[in-house]
Amino acid sequence: MNTVAPFVLLSAILFTIGVIGVLLRRNAIMIFMSIELMLNSANLAFVAFSNQWGKLDGQLIVFFVMAVAATEVAVGLALIVTIFHTKKSTDVDDLSQMKG
Amino acid sequence: MTPELLSFIILAIISIAAAIGMITSRNAVYAALFLILNFGTVAVMYLMLNAPFLAIIQVSVYAGAIMVLFLFVIMLLGAERLNERETRPVMRWHRPLAIVLGAFLLALALYVLLTRLGQSTASVNVFGAGPLEIGLQLFGPYLLPFEVASVLLLVAMIGAVVLTREK
Amino acid sequence: MQLLVILPILFPLVGLLINAFFGKHMSEGLIGGLASSMVGLSFLVSAWLLFTSGGGPGIVDLSIPWIKVGTLDVPFGFLIDQLSLTMMLIVTGVGGLIHIYSIGYMHGDPRFQRFFVYMNLFIASMLVLVMADSFLLMFVGWELVGLCSYLLIGFWFSNIHNAEAGRKAFVVNRIGDVGFILGILLIFVTFGTLTFPDVFAKVQAMNAVNAPVVVAITLLLFVGATGKSAQIPLFVWLPDAMAGPTPVSALIHAATMVTAGIYMMTRAHVLYVAAPDTQTVVALVGALTAFLAGSVALTQFDIKKVLAYSTISQLGFMVAAAGMGAYVSSVFHLATHAFFKALLFLAAGSVIHGMEHLSKGEEESERSGAPGPHKAPAPAHSGEHTVDPQDMRNMGGLRTRMPLTFVVYCIGGLALAGMPPFAGFWSKDEIVSAALARNPLVFGLLAISAIFTAFYIGRQLVMVFFGKPRSEEAAHAVESGSAMTVPLVFLAVFATIAGILNLPGLDSLSHWLVPVVGQAAEALPFNIGVATLFTVLALVMLYGAWALYRSAYVKAGDADPLTRLGGLYTFLLRAWFVDWFFQNVIVKLFYAGSTFLARVLDIGGIDGTVNGVGIMVRDVSASLRKVQTGLVRSYGLMMLLGVVLVVAYFVLSASMR
Repeated sequence: MNTVAPFVLLSAILFTIGVIGVLLRRNAIMIFMSIELMLNSANLAFVAFSNQWGKLDGQLIVFFVMAVAATEVAVGLALIVTIFHTKKSTDVDDLSQMKG
Repeated sequence: MTPELLSFIILAIISIAAAIGMITSRNAVYAALFLILNFGTVAVMYLMLNAPFLAIIQVSVYAGAIMVLFLFVIMLLGAERLNERETRPVMRWHRPLAIVLGAFLLALALYVLLTRLGQSTASVNVFGAGPLEIGLQLFGPYLLPFEVASVLLLVAMIGAVVLTREK
Repeated sequence: MQLLVILPILFPLVGLLINAFFGKHMSEGLIGGLASSMVGLSFLVSAWLLFTSGGGPGIVDLSIPWIKVGTLDVPFGFLIDQLSLTMMLIVTGVGGLIHIYSIGYMHGDPRFQRFFVYMNLFIASMLVLVMADSFLLMFVGWELVGLCSYLLIGFWFSNIHNAEAGRKAFVVNRIGDVGFILGILLIFVTFGTLTFPDVFAKVQAMNAVNAPVVVAITLLLFVGATGKSAQIPLFVWLPDAMAGPTPVSALIHAATMVTAGIYMMTRAHVLYVAAPDTQTVVALVGALTAFLAGSVALTQFDIKKVLAYSTISQLGFMVAAAGMGAYVSSVFHLATHAFFKALLFLAAGSVIHGMEHLSKGEEESERSGAPGPHKAPAPAHSGEHTVDPQDMRNMGGLRTRMPLTFVVYCIGGLALAGMPPFAGFWSKDEIVSAALARNPLVFGLLAISAIFTAFYIGRQLVMVFFGKPRSEEAAHAVESGSAMTVPLVFLAVFATIAGILNLPGLDSLSHWLVPVVGQAAEALPFNIGVATLFTVLALVMLYGAWALYRSAYVKAGDADPLTRLGGLYTFLLRAWFVDWFFQNVIVKLFYAGSTFLARVLDIGGIDGTVNGVGIMVRDVSASLRKVQTGLVRSYGLMMLLGVVLVVAYFVLSASMR
């Protein structure tokens, strides 16, 4: 099991599922989880390529992606909590004040 | 069919199923649990891809800390029951278009995989990827990004505190 | 030494600046004295230039780089030669006397300070005009004196008639100025330079007679001259310009500014000599103007209007002389006319001043601190005076009340009528002799005009000074003060003796101007026959006026003896209906055209286009802004669409390779 192709294929499938999740769900928390899924699928591709080329850099990038994902979740969830306090909702369709 | 390939296929099926289950779930708690399952399978794949350190981090940080935070917020807000009936007429064409575009993106990826990566060869060399090697890299060539990441985490922490503070 | 030549301009400028900034805290005497002495200093410097440069070529050319754009190179330069010096002496000499006179005439006016600021500005502007060494700088002076004229005609602007007269002068002059500046542009396009010596050298190098471009240039410049010097058809502003204070009429609208056109043609005589066709036009226009204005002057009642039409007529003489190439005669008549017409205007001002004495006394007793006595010397009965102090029908018998004014008025009148030995005789005789030798038609018109001249000035003298007073004002008129009479005496002396400038046989002015206008422009030998004929004719006409008007107008309201002419009388009284024609044909047509442009083209076409673009953008934006749904998911969808397109592009372009 040395080829990279199956892993990248799986990564692509998971990424697409994540994209569809972001687009179809209206709950902010669900959108966040879908974004996590997309990040995760990208990580999988990084690790697969790192393995193929025999270099650690891919894994280190995954390390940093995880750090950024943690940051994003912390701030994003804080935002959701704040919005929930004022709007009593986590539905992103209710947040349309920027409507033209 | 090698045992490795067999286990990969089983893991892949579980992973995809978990992902689909996540985005279709009506209950946010279930969705979070599906995502944790997905993360777990991916962690196993990291092991198969010669990345044991990342596998451990995936389980402890991702599946552990981050997803616990998610669950915590879901339960705090009482948002596990999701009422997502489509009400706006403008959004009617939205759902099919999103699926079509997603499929198109996947098709593009498949096309590239089949034409470019199909003939790619195996890993050129086997290398160690334990905590030692990762640590040497982090505090060697990646020292600056590492420090920036730590500052980023600090800023995020302060930001979260400020955002959720009672006025 | 070279810089000294700008001193004459500098002095009035200093005067006007001091008066403009500190005049509020200065007494009338100080303001007027300062302004007058500044003009006097200018006169002294001009005279000094005359004596230091006398005999030699006498040309001082000071030139500072001014406008350098591409091939356009106009220096800021002054050209002081015999012609400019003559003009400078007239402007500052007559101007200085009129300044002194104004101190008395404008006494008590609430805008006394402003009056002298304007007057000094005028002197400075006029000096720029006559000292300029290029057409462009001359145009600067040309416009500046036009501005001063406008400001001073409308000086008593609180009366709408005066403001309208100022506006009329301004607009009519602009029409002429358009021609003038087009001529300047054509000069630049043709010769590539605007300084006088260069242009004239190039014209002479062309060595062509009636070259179309030179004819066009000269005609366009002449259009400017018809505006400034009140020739047909643009003379209509000058009679109205009498709405200004009388010193202004004397200085600007008789002695100096209106002669700018004659000066310009003399200055540019090289161009005119190269275009005989234009010369013919100029001569005919001048002669016709002389005839028209002279005939109109026969019938006017306003003391200043008579003099205004007389001025137009005399300007016609000068223009006709210039048109016939008799530049020396033209400048000679310009100089003598400056003296005797300024004298006549100032004397008329003295008469008006005397006539106003009675009502002024009443006014001051009735409402103290009210605006000055000369608030509205408009022809109309403005309510300020029960009797119009400028209407000759209200005068009469003033020779006993104002003896000095009577004497100087007679001197001015005889000079105007062309009686020897007064100044007007010599200069008019030169012009008429030249016309006899060169153009019989022009001679005929000028001869009739000269006869008219004697008649109308005789009529005026009789109506104003003889007979019995026809109003209370006339009966109680008093002689004016010394500030007004001293300049009158000076001018009377000049009006008497100015003929020695160019006495036949001496011909000092002719010799003096030879370096500028050349030998050919010298006056013809004295023609004793013409001189005798015109003297006799003038005497006959003066007697005729005396006979006709001595018994007429015994009291106010009597009909003029000339009403026997019937329709012709009305025709003359209304100044040949030129104003009526302008108002009812040209102005109305222009108005209709402007209305069309404003309503249809501007509001409909241009505004419609501009507003249409605005409306279109607004509507398109209104529909486009619906794209901004405010829904994060639709934004995300658009992002995905973009990503798919970009990725597809890269994949496809990579697989093509």
